[in-house]
Amino acid sequence: MSQAIIQLSSVNKWFGDVHVLRDIDLTIQQGERMVICGPSGSGKSTLIRCINRLEQHDSGSITVDGIELDEDTAHVAAIRREVGMVFQSFNLFPHLTVLENCALPQIRVRGTPRAQAEAKAMEYLRRVQIPEQSHKFPGQLSGGQQQRVAIARSLCMEPKVMLFDEPTSALDPEMIKEVLDVIIDLAQSGMTMVCVTHEMGFAKKVADTVVFMDGGRVVEKAPPEQLFTNPQSERTKKFLSQILSH
Amino acid sequence: MSAIRPRQPRFVAWGWLDWVLLTALLALAALLSWRASSVFQYRWDWSTIWPFIFRLDAATGRWVPNLLVEGFLTTIRLAVWGILISGVIGTLMALARNSQRLFLRLLSVSYVMLIRNIPPVVFVFVFVFFIAGQVMPKLALADSVAKLSATGQWWVSLFFGSPKLIDNFLLGLICLSVFSGAYVTEIVRAGLESVPKSQIEAGNSLGMSHFDIARFVVLPQALRNVLPPMAGQFIQLIKDSSLVSLVSIQELTFMAQDVQVTTQRVFEVFVFVAVVYFIICFSLSQLFSALEKRYSRAFK
Repeated sequence: MSQAIIQLSSVNKWFGDVHVLRDIDLTIQQGERMVICGPSGSGKSTLIRCINRLEQHDSGSITVDGIELDEDTAHVAAIRREVGMVFQSFNLFPHLTVLENCALPQIRVRGTPRAQAEAKAMEYLRRVQIPEQSHKFPGQLSGGQQQRVAIARSLCMEPKVMLFDEPTSALDPEMIKEVLDVIIDLAQSGMTMVCVTHEMGFAKKVADTVVFMDGGRVVEKAPPEQLFTNPQSERTKKFLSQILSH
Repeated sequence: MSAIRPRQPRFVAWGWLDWVLLTALLALAALLSWRASSVFQYRWDWSTIWPFIFRLDAATGRWVPNLLVEGFLTTIRLAVWGILISGVIGTLMALARNSQRLFLRLLSVSYVMLIRNIPPVVFVFVFVFFIAGQVMPKLALADSVAKLSATGQWWVSLFFGSPKLIDNFLLGLICLSVFSGAYVTEIVRAGLESVPKSQIEAGNSLGMSHFDIARFVVLPQALRNVLPPMAGQFIQLIKDSSLVSLVSIQELTFMAQDVQVTTQRVFEVFVFVAVVYFIICFSLSQLFSALEKRYSRAFK
């Protein structure tokens, strides 16, 4: 049996008076591909942002790769080195070229020599199919290309887990496929990933587990074929009928 | 998110109204200068001020720079150091303003509030006579410089001017930098706030330290965004450097007053000085627009 790499137990979080995460218990196994879906405001983005401390949970515990996520900044730093993240709005550094975007974090965080960092950057840019754009600035690329660079930048850090926060929501329809193809390729290579997305076709194709969230709770958690064909809760049924009907 | 587009040529329009306005302006200028020349009978005599720019040294028979050039060099030294130091003060204070530590935030806020709300001349007097007057003599910098080797002294005088006047120069410099630094702080702060939070999150998610995020992600973008107001502030600093002539720092304006007293040629001296200031400030603004062009190749 594979072992747990991320473990959340009774995690709660409030934004002011709003209770955004309610008693979340969730375990992600090594090599597991988890898709989190749910209506907007259900807490799914907040949930994955808690995993690398972009948001701080108020109670409960989160453990990543055996490290407890707490006030200790060394723990936070250690976890962030193991966890890569891809954002909805790419968040590339606009003042750096594509190559520098991928090389700088390696140089600063891992202490990799520049030549080596750039070689690795090119390797991953080739993997996301845009090595020829390496000298350009992010503003000169299309959204799909920027998101692929963002994925390459994360992969350059050799993370054990990748978090995707609605990676295709800000993209034009014709660019969604090129980004999903990269993520699918990554999933097939055995990367552990947690992906917040509305792309149900993608979820069916790659996910081991689909989690449906609503109102800050995990409503249902099941393999995709089960969750999509035979949802247990009324809330899940309603949500699925809404997003699958068109 | 758009791709690079060739810059559109600016539409050139020059109509009859522009001719009318130009003619009116020229007529006004002509009228004013005619009125002025008919009211006071001033005989321009530029020859008397040339010797104060370069003079013939009787002993060696060579041309050496005189008061106005020395003043010009002091102004340049004040400007270069002032820009560097106020830039550093401003950046540190702006970072302090965004610090998680209350003390640093309070320090930064009080500094900016204090400096911005007193007139520069008052600040110069208070700083020089009450504060620096207590500290500078105890440091006895001029004495330590005098002990240096000949090459050491040469470098010191290259960077800070005459070693005998070094106390005085540093005083004026610190005064100017502290004063200008408050405005730079506000400019840099605006720049820091113009960088989206998501940039910091990206740095965090990659495991970068606070320092690295500030140094490599936020500051470069912030500074690029504030180049135009920063150019304005540095030009202001150069012009404000004339204020420290009030406390006997021998920069351009101070020397001009000296020369003016000696020669009695008020207008020639100050017209000359105005042209020199214009050239310095204009060069600086050209430098900044070149920088702006360079940095604008990467845009959002």
